[in-house]
Amino acid sequence: MADDRPGAGTRIIRWIDYRLPFIAMAEHELYEYPTPRNLSYWWNFGSLAGIMLVVMIVTGIFLAMQYTPSALLAFDSVERIMRDVNYGWLIRYAHANGASMFFAIVYIHIFRGLYYGSYKAPRELLWILGVIILILMIATAFMGYVLPWGQMSYWAATVITSLFSAIPLIGNGIVTFLWGGFNVGDPTLHRFYALHYLLPFVILFVVLLHLIALHRFGSNNPLGIDLKGPQDSLPFHPYYTVKDLFGLCVFLLIYAFFIFYAPNFLGNPDNYIPANPMQTPNHIVPEWYLLPYYAILRSITFSVFGIPAKLLGVIFSFGSLFLLLILPWLDTSPVRSSRFRPIYKWLFWLLVIDVFALGWVGFNPPQGIVVTVGQIATLYFYVHFLILLPVIGKIERPRPLPTSIAAAVLGGGARLTSAPAPMGKP
Amino acid sequence: MTLVPMSRLLLAAAGLACLLLCAAAVPSHAQETPPLPHQEWSFDGVFGTYDKAALQRGFQVYKQICSACHPVKHLYFRDLEALGYTPDQVKAIAVSYQVTDGPNDQGQMYQRPGRPSDPIPGPFPNDEAARAANGGALPPDLSMIVKARDGGPDYVYALMNGFKNPPPAGFSLAPGKYYNEYFPGHQISMPPPLSDGAVTFADGTKSTVPQMAHDVATFLNWASEPNLDTRHRVGARVFLFLIVGVGIFYAAKRKIWSSAH
Amino acid sequence: MADLAHENISHALSADTRRDFLILTAGALGAVALGATVWPFVDTMNPARDTLAASTTEVDLGPVAAGQRLTVAWRGKPVFIDHRTPAEINTARGVDLAQLRDPQADAERVKKAEWLVVVGVCTHLGCIPLGQKTGDDRGLYGGWFCPCHGSMYDRSGRIRQGPAPLNLAVPPYDFTGNITIKIG
Repeated sequence: MADDRPGAGTRIIRWIDYRLPFIAMAEHELYEYPTPRNLSYWWNFGSLAGIMLVVMIVTGIFLAMQYTPSALLAFDSVERIMRDVNYGWLIRYAHANGASMFFAIVYIHIFRGLYYGSYKAPRELLWILGVIILILMIATAFMGYVLPWGQMSYWAATVITSLFSAIPLIGNGIVTFLWGGFNVGDPTLHRFYALHYLLPFVILFVVLLHLIALHRFGSNNPLGIDLKGPQDSLPFHPYYTVKDLFGLCVFLLIYAFFIFYAPNFLGNPDNYIPANPMQTPNHIVPEWYLLPYYAILRSITFSVFGIPAKLLGVIFSFGSLFLLLILPWLDTSPVRSSRFRPIYKWLFWLLVIDVFALGWVGFNPPQGIVVTVGQIATLYFYVHFLILLPVIGKIERPRPLPTSIAAAVLGGGARLTSAPAPMGKP
Repeated sequence: MTLVPMSRLLLAAAGLACLLLCAAAVPSHAQETPPLPHQEWSFDGVFGTYDKAALQRGFQVYKQICSACHPVKHLYFRDLEALGYTPDQVKAIAVSYQVTDGPNDQGQMYQRPGRPSDPIPGPFPNDEAARAANGGALPPDLSMIVKARDGGPDYVYALMNGFKNPPPAGFSLAPGKYYNEYFPGHQISMPPPLSDGAVTFADGTKSTVPQMAHDVATFLNWASEPNLDTRHRVGARVFLFLIVGVGIFYAAKRKIWSSAH
Repeated sequence: MADLAHENISHALSADTRRDFLILTAGALGAVALGATVWPFVDTMNPARDTLAASTTEVDLGPVAAGQRLTVAWRGKPVFIDHRTPAEINTARGVDLAQLRDPQADAERVKKAEWLVVVGVCTHLGCIPLGQKTGDDRGLYGGWFCPCHGSMYDRSGRIRQGPAPLNLAVPPYDFTGNITIKIG
């Protein structure tokens, strides 16, 4: 008889898996993990974000092999990467454009969450971990942009670190501490490099927590109702693995277009001028993904109760992220998905327009109508979260929810209940 | 796939309209200068590549006119092989320059003929010397200039052709400055560098100001982006592969999901 | 019977084989994609263009008189150039190869007999031997002496005494003129 025992490779894997059950875990998460059967393409962006994090780390490490974090040599070392290092131009453009792609993906991912109520119980912590990832991404991107030591690198660093001087009493001391000197200089560059290398691994850890929290209750879905049984779900593999791969290819086409055919479209030409501490550019503009926060910062042009405008601007700008953190407790609606929330649905789109408006405000010089629009947009942002969400949730009459996902997706006209189904226990 | 609800489309359209209206209302600082006319460049577009003949003419313009004041510190002589020169021609160009080296065993800096591995030396040893020789103005390094300006090669071309003497009526020009249509503020410290016939092209092309401006802008675009040809070529392959991938995975997705509906 | 078997086989070829074919093609395409993605990253670690450009050194031997030595840098290492007199060449050629730890005829180590070009790095553990400057200890064989562990090299750069296993390496070089060489 032929030898029926499994081959050596399989035996080795089984030996390891018995002691460290990575295969068993992968099988559970891939084959057994119940994923709602009705997820739309808006659910592709989570895996895309995870992939972009890995891409940014890998391209970043290979750039770090060639980059010199010294004020004298940084700019030239980047140019050496672009010109002399084999495929250096490719890694650099992938990293720079990758940051933009990463933020675009994460913003869409966040707005998906806002629309479908993915932040509501029992997924509050999942949402909070996500906002923490966003905050870490902003810090990482800000420090990374300083590293090429161009004009925009230097002056963005100066403007944003100077903000901390708005803190009463200890502000100036904090700024000197951050700078490691009396202006943004070599010590600042060195520490930004060290932290820029470190934070992505902190992000990786928080992403791990984010995924663990996700797998506790599973994904939300476009209907916002819980899984009632196995007929409501599909195994993640092969249904969502293949859908994610398809989405990845489509995304890669967009990413590749930027890298190969428009690598500097999203950037600022001033950053190809070496940093000059003696000359400020005409127009200091952050990268597009930071424009809304910049707009809010500049919108507060008046002091209130003796608090200076500059400090208020900082508070409101950082506050926009804080609002996101406490969102699960601001929204009082018993219903998750905007599909069944006729009033909130309009507010959601107003918020989208508001954020785009803030981006436009951040891009333009703060004169004339730009300032007015910025103030209105900032006001709406805060009103939306602090006033409208709590109020609308209470007074809105949601549409009747379907009985189950399977009934809604597979059956013809599903029998609808008149009362909204209760959500998962907190 | 569900249809996008009308309400969503309406809102999006309204939002876009608002934005466009606002954009039109704001006078942006860039409108100090007229909009840049777009030129035809051999390296434009997805399949663009550098025209080597234009690169060589542009290098000639740089060498004979611009290099009197402007350095190109990120260019090395060996990079000039990309312009179509042979290694021997590159060596001959390098040797025609004197390069500072040292210190020697006596502690002195000394001059020696250039080598292909040297960077192309600039006209001044440092910024202060450059300013002293140019009335306080610093002629910028040109090796990155195309990427460092909005409009890139179109800007360089427009600038070269944009000098007006005398300046338009009513414009008060500061002493030592020249009027340029496309320079922000219109007052540039650089005198018009190009004039018809200033350079005799080795390939016999007629050296009008627009011709020289076009060639030097092409050369300077290459100086900023020497890997453009490779980038476009690799990009085409990546795109082809990804389009095939999109097709395959879409088909696979439909096939696998057909059993779910 | 034959028809049924034929039908079964063609049906089997359809479903399973087609799926296997698809998986194989997908796997192959995936491998190509992976390789094409990994290669640029790996290639960034190869010597860059500026490193390659610095990988050759041209030397003008004119200033080096007979009996004098010159040190030049090549790829970050010293290269010893010795303008040997006819007497010194004879001494080098008179050595019995059987006595050498690393037997090599002097004629194999030079292109022109009067010019010895060797990499000035001791083949034991990498120190730079003495002998290039006037007054240096040249060891017992008129060549070079490594102070780290006492290796001594002769007038052809061959190891004669001490712990070094091999002769001083001869770098790739060519005469580009009568008295100019290009190393590397």
